[in-house]
Amino acid sequence: MKLVLHRRYRFSASHRLHQPGWPQEENVRVYGKCANEHGHGHNYVLDVAVTGPVDPATGMITNLADLDAYIERHVLAEFDHVYLNEQVPAFRSLVPTAENICRVLFDRLRAYPHARLASIGLEETGANSFEYAGDSRENA
Amino acid sequence: MIYLTRKVEFSASHLYHNPAFSPEENRRVFGKCNNPHGHGHNYVLEVTVAGEPDPGTGMVLDLKELKDILQREILDRMDHRFLNYEVPELAGKIPTTETIAMTIWQLLEPRINELGLPGHRGQGRLHRVRLYETPDLFVDCTGNGQ
Repeated sequence: MKLVLHRRYRFSASHRLHQPGWPQEENVRVYGKCANEHGHGHNYVLDVAVTGPVDPATGMITNLADLDAYIERHVLAEFDHVYLNEQVPAFRSLVPTAENICRVLFDRLRAYPHARLASIGLEETGANSFEYAGDSRENA
Repeated sequence: MIYLTRKVEFSASHLYHNPAFSPEENRRVFGKCNNPHGHGHNYVLEVTVAGEPDPGTGMVLDLKELKDILQREILDRMDHRFLNYEVPELAGKIPTTETIAMTIWQLLEPRINELGLPGHRGQGRLHRVRLYETPDLFVDCTGNGQ
């Protein structure tokens, strides 16, 4: 039986879509309002999906207490209520689009020790959502 | 291929307890879910059937038949029940979202797949069972096929 467990988390953060190598007019042309030099924020909803065998002793793919603690420590503590461009080192040289946030989080959460990461979902607003399952077949 | 999803809700109570664990171990592993009196959720079940629409009807299957299957196999069994004690398929198991989703798959797969047989209007196959325990926790079961 193929089972995938999804758990949703929330964080609120600001960002600015801006390529430092481009003049501001080019940034505004490409990123529109998102290039506003003072940044802006979103209430992000993160969907973490994990898969693997169900432990017969617990009936679980992973204990949610373990997953919650891991996400708190490795994502929320760093991503919630911050300015992503300035305060998350991964985005000092990477534009914090939702796509790039998904990739950064996927690469980071692959190290989760209690189950295999299947995919990362990110809702930036109720109208925009993104999903990333890695680039290789190992996570298909 | 068309994927058709029907959603139903049921409310039920459960508790997590492994008799092979000590009381302390049960509390450590299962936390609040080990409360011996149980606790409840409003489960949301989404059942997705995959198939080609019948050229005569334009439908993958008769939704009324799917609705009846969900009523008979799932809601009559699980709605307003204590899952550990009142659902025979879960007896002796720990009714986590994973376990319930797998059980629902096993109950539905033969019923939905036989809809393609003579006397029934439809030819869909069960594609996915998605079970929400809360809006922030759900499990997808896709059987053994993929």
